[in-house]
Amino acid sequence: MTRDIALVAFAQTDHRRTTDELSEVEMLMPVLHGVLDQTGLRTADIGFTCSGSSDYLAGRAFSFTLALDGVGAWPPISESHVEMDGAWALYEAWTKLLTGDADTALVYSYGKSSPGSVRDVLTRQLDPYYVAPLWPDSVALAALQAQALIDAGETDEPALAAVAARSRADATANSHAQLRGSIPQGDYLVRPLRTGDCPPIGDGAAAVILAAGERARELCERPAWIRGIDHRTEAHSLGVRDLTDSPSARLAAEKAGAFERPVDTAELHAPFTSQEVVLRKALRLDDTVRVNPSGGALAANPMMAAGLIRLGEAAAAVHRGESDRALAHATSGPCLQQNLVAVLEGDPR
Amino acid sequence: MSKEPVAVTGIGQTKHVAARRDVSIAGLVREAARRALDDAELSWADIDAVVIGKAPDFFEGVMMPELYLADALGAVGKPMLRVHTAGSVGGSTALVAANLVAARVHGTVLTLAFEKQSESNAMWGLSLPIPFQQPLLAGAGGFFAPHVRAYMRRTGAPDTVGSLVAYKDRRNALKNPYAHLHEHDVTLEKVQASPMLWDPIRYSETCPSSDGACAMVLTDRAGAARSPRPPAWMLGGAMRSEPTLFAGKDFVSPQAGKDCAADVYRQAGIADPRREIDAAEIYVPFSWYEPMWLENLGFADEGEGWKLTESGVTELDGDLPVNMSGGVLSTNPIGASGMIRFAEAALQVRGQAGEHQVEGARRVLGHAYGGGSQFFSMWLVGSEPPTS
Repeated sequence: MTRDIALVAFAQTDHRRTTDELSEVEMLMPVLHGVLDQTGLRTADIGFTCSGSSDYLAGRAFSFTLALDGVGAWPPISESHVEMDGAWALYEAWTKLLTGDADTALVYSYGKSSPGSVRDVLTRQLDPYYVAPLWPDSVALAALQAQALIDAGETDEPALAAVAARSRADATANSHAQLRGSIPQGDYLVRPLRTGDCPPIGDGAAAVILAAGERARELCERPAWIRGIDHRTEAHSLGVRDLTDSPSARLAAEKAGAFERPVDTAELHAPFTSQEVVLRKALRLDDTVRVNPSGGALAANPMMAAGLIRLGEAAAAVHRGESDRALAHATSGPCLQQNLVAVLEGDPR
Repeated sequence: MSKEPVAVTGIGQTKHVAARRDVSIAGLVREAARRALDDAELSWADIDAVVIGKAPDFFEGVMMPELYLADALGAVGKPMLRVHTAGSVGGSTALVAANLVAARVHGTVLTLAFEKQSESNAMWGLSLPIPFQQPLLAGAGGFFAPHVRAYMRRTGAPDTVGSLVAYKDRRNALKNPYAHLHEHDVTLEKVQASPMLWDPIRYSETCPSSDGACAMVLTDRAGAARSPRPPAWMLGGAMRSEPTLFAGKDFVSPQAGKDCAADVYRQAGIADPRREIDAAEIYVPFSWYEPMWLENLGFADEGEGWKLTESGVTELDGDLPVNMSGGVLSTNPIGASGMIRFAEAALQVRGQAGEHQVEGARRVLGHAYGGGSQFFSMWLVGSEPPTS
């Protein structure tokens, strides 16, 4: 039993440093309507709905329940939620469509980092007994990884600066991006990372629609077929990992079939410049591949949505005919602990 | 196009208690997972993926704990998903794991749900102040009490029914070595004399706060053939959600619950649940939810659920036993509670439920709900594989 499943629509918010005037639901609603409008579907037509978000960002328990009210889950819908980036909600929806229980799926995710200090908040996802009490923040952990790369001779500070410059230059063509155009590489935030090596903190949401087989062709002129999708996790403790490598990203890519033929485009969820270096190596991306034409997570990194946006951006490139075979990647956890890779293809032209 | 049949070949629980101070969160989940693997006679290497669920992260104060738990659950190098659908999460987690097998993405999946409520305070975890929104009114009991009252008014049920459920479930728990509350001196009079908390819900008609974890090994037909003990087969499974608050919502018998049950029965070919289903593990955190859910699940006509309870039909030796394990009323590690219902249903059809085994149980329902009675997840398991 195999079914061809495609991303047929994608929408995202304009990502911004603060959205005080909007609730999460208000932030989400336009993107939900965006993907429904693109396909002509209504909520009642959707076979399965799945979302990703985090209570810790929202600062309250069961925060996803209100978003569900915004979806308009009446009459009742078949629905689920992962407390993960929306990329993993997409994975759950993909398996649901594979079983044949549904032909279409709505996937959405959102996160507001602005109400608190996201660097501090993310320390709460570390080992609660031995590590979290020390409050090592997300930039400090990324800096450990960057320094390990430099020490290993894999990169240097000018090369990292070039990654940042390329990302922000590419983002000038992306009206949703939070940071666009040239900006100074900046002062050190945590050595060896400068502000330019780090993602902006921002709020945002994204949604996609998946459809199976002929349904996908009805809903989209050039569907982005999911040729493979897989995700893998690594150990949590940084002390037992080689931070200069990403075996989980490599394994996920292998299982997703990414190495079978070259890709022309890659959307990598690399919030720090140094992480792009790690991922390029693990995913075997050479200079012939367009990496992060959207600007990537260095231009906009709304927590819980940034990974789903990579899948959406890769799909949109296929929809527009700018890519025939794209790789999309999402990550979660400190220093790229968990990684998802999908391969998206358009019909041959 | 057909789905791969899904079998439960391993089940593991911790002894549920108020506080497991002897283990970390990782130690707790590892214990349940290890027992499930032992039951299936499998090793960590036999597991293709891990699907983990729990209720809000605020209950332990760990954000996205699946990251930290990857090592403890043998997930390194494997796919790991974290599900969160409020109180229904234990059931939803099992269903997400089952879909991985049904879709033939993986052959054998470990699924686990837990809560270590002693790490924090669930009541306050649910009571963070939120602008422009009603709080949960002093914990879950405050939210659900008015809906119990509405049920009593609507059906004319006498106010003695709730205590009958609590008395039954607490006695059943005495037969379940993993249950949290073992009240050896429980009597109906003691339940009825317990303090009123949220009228009409008395202290002894509420669930405890527990530390605990539950794990299952789900596998395909080939995996089931290698199982050392009888597998339980999934005959149907579904999730349904509806909005929290809106004018048309029936809090006494939510449409999402009815739709979810109807979907499960359709998949399993059940036309008359009252006759064709042998027993049920139903999510009853407050005693009155037994008669309420009996109606919502189609075991009784509207307004008639309390009569089943009152007549003893749902007792362990009745003809539709409900919550043979002692239920949520006796054991409530919130995020795991739904999975315990699913796992206990599977134990029954495998004939492995020990002292609380229902003789000849061939088809048993596992049920979970969450949020403001808005998220539902259910499965029906059987001793024989699905025919279609």
